[in-house]
Amino acid sequence: MTLTHRLLPPLQFLLMLAVTFLGLLAITFVIGRVVPIDPVIAVVGDRATKETYEATRLAMGLDDPLIVQFVRYVGAVLQGNLGNSIGTGRAVVDDLARVFPATLEMATIGILIGVAMGVPMGVWAAARQGTWVDQVIRVVGLAGYAIPAFWLGLVGLVLFYAKLRWVGGPGRIDLFLDGMVPVRTGLLLVDAALAGDWNSFRSAFSHIVLPASILGFFSLAYIARMTRSFMLEQLGQEYITTARVKGAPERVILWRHAFRPIRVQLITVIGLSYAGLLEGSVMIETVFSWPGIGNYLTTALLNADMNAVLGATLVVGAVFVGINKGSDALYRLLDPRART
Amino acid sequence: MTLLSVENLRVTFPSDQGPVEVVKGLSFSLGRERLGIVGESGSGKSMTGRAVMGLIGKPARVTADRMEFEGQDLRNLPESRLRALRGARMSMVLQDPKFSLNPVIRIGDQIAEALEFHTALNARARRAKVLEALEAVRIDDPERVARQYPHEVSGGMGQRVMIAMMVVMEPALMIADEPTSALDVSVRGQVLDIMDDLVRRRGMGLMLISHDLNMVARWCDRILVMYQGRIVEELGAGQLSAASHPYTRGLLASVPRIDEDRPRLPVLDRAALEAAR
Repeated sequence: MTLTHRLLPPLQFLLMLAVTFLGLLAITFVIGRVVPIDPVIAVVGDRATKETYEATRLAMGLDDPLIVQFVRYVGAVLQGNLGNSIGTGRAVVDDLARVFPATLEMATIGILIGVAMGVPMGVWAAARQGTWVDQVIRVVGLAGYAIPAFWLGLVGLVLFYAKLRWVGGPGRIDLFLDGMVPVRTGLLLVDAALAGDWNSFRSAFSHIVLPASILGFFSLAYIARMTRSFMLEQLGQEYITTARVKGAPERVILWRHAFRPIRVQLITVIGLSYAGLLEGSVMIETVFSWPGIGNYLTTALLNADMNAVLGATLVVGAVFVGINKGSDALYRLLDPRART
Repeated sequence: MTLLSVENLRVTFPSDQGPVEVVKGLSFSLGRERLGIVGESGSGKSMTGRAVMGLIGKPARVTADRMEFEGQDLRNLPESRLRALRGARMSMVLQDPKFSLNPVIRIGDQIAEALEFHTALNARARRAKVLEALEAVRIDDPERVARQYPHEVSGGMGQRVMIAMMVVMEPALMIADEPTSALDVSVRGQVLDIMDDLVRRRGMGLMLISHDLNMVARWCDRILVMYQGRIVEELGAGQLSAASHPYTRGLLASVPRIDEDRPRLPVLDRAALEAAR
């Protein structure tokens, strides 16, 4: 293999990534222009004189051709400038650096629960298709689809927080510990562990466990159902018969011959599920007073806080792109047919 | 010596219109010889092979008055004992290597599996055996092929890999279910040749299941002709011309010959067949 052969794929990958992000920026830019919110009025207020309005409009560069405005926008984003939020009065970038880790922390624990339980459940249901095991798992999955998030959140709080006192209440940490942990990653559990502050860690854990479990339950329902159907398709394949002919035990048939080929499909499902959680579950974040990106985005939308909305949209879009590219890379690792 | 003896084998599937019997009371025995089973689609020939391997699960039902393999009664054998036989004492070559080889496992590892399940050999010894098996099916570069994935080899090569996988434990009985139907005509003879060679050299019993009467006649010692779940005729390989059952005769008549002057090939006369039953 020559040097060009080695360098070409990663270069192509980076180029594709750049193009995708440019597309994403174009979309957020266009959204910013087409929404019926006048950015000038948002700054000067609706009682400003016509002269002030015009002067501000010129100062904001809104008189320039669209393409110039777009280039300026891309340049600002590249420099990490997303403008200021009207709602919080701070730079949107700083706001996002605060709210995104809160969502990231909860979503990550949620998806870990979803995968750790959903995948084995799906495999088990497929292996015991039509038996009571399959039925029970199906009912659990159905519940995950049918039960509204806010209801489960409220009932969970009433039961595990108010009555049983097993978990912490709304918020990320107990009030008297709030702000005690120095912020490094923004992930409270990680920061507390880094600081060796185990009191804060315990408190943060008791607060995150319930909302993260509820998110985990929803992704579990989806992941288990998809795993089951992928596995059933695999178990009907001819190479499963070959494995039986060779005298393979049930465990090997399930996990080696049927499960290995579906890992690629599962990555897509898990990736999408994770991206969905990272978007921030507004319901869960509201019920649990969680200062995450879902909450932030909703508040910004209701306040017509366009800089905040566009910034948060950009982050959500980037998360989707990142997860998609990540799963593409994993495909190549896991499926020999995708390597050529 | 008899390897396998089957008496009154029946395979039944439930359906909305009541149970459907696809194998209707089959009896035969097989020694260390090459037995051909011929029949059209749906004649029950594949089901027979799968019933012997114990591969037919619910909702189908397999019954027999006798089904003995190497002196063991297969009928009520627990799954664990059956598993110990499969791959070790009896094996089966399936039709199309495109579907019968696992796409995400290296060829060498797939062959080594049979050894993993049935022997206590360590990885190094297994690997040596795998290379030996690949050489036995006349693969020149076994090291490379063992590292490859199934999609990287041709159909003929894939089927040779399949055969290597099925003989690596040196079983006593090998069932080959349409082993060449999915292959190019040009490699069919070669694959059958390899299989035949291994079967004879290792003194295995072979059950060759096919719809191709002439092919089976060429590679087998004895032929069973199946029609609608029953054996309608048993022939020695050289006695094809002596076939007397109208179905067999009809099949033979429909094969084109090189010195042909018939403007149309005859088709099977189903009405006459029904009357002959």
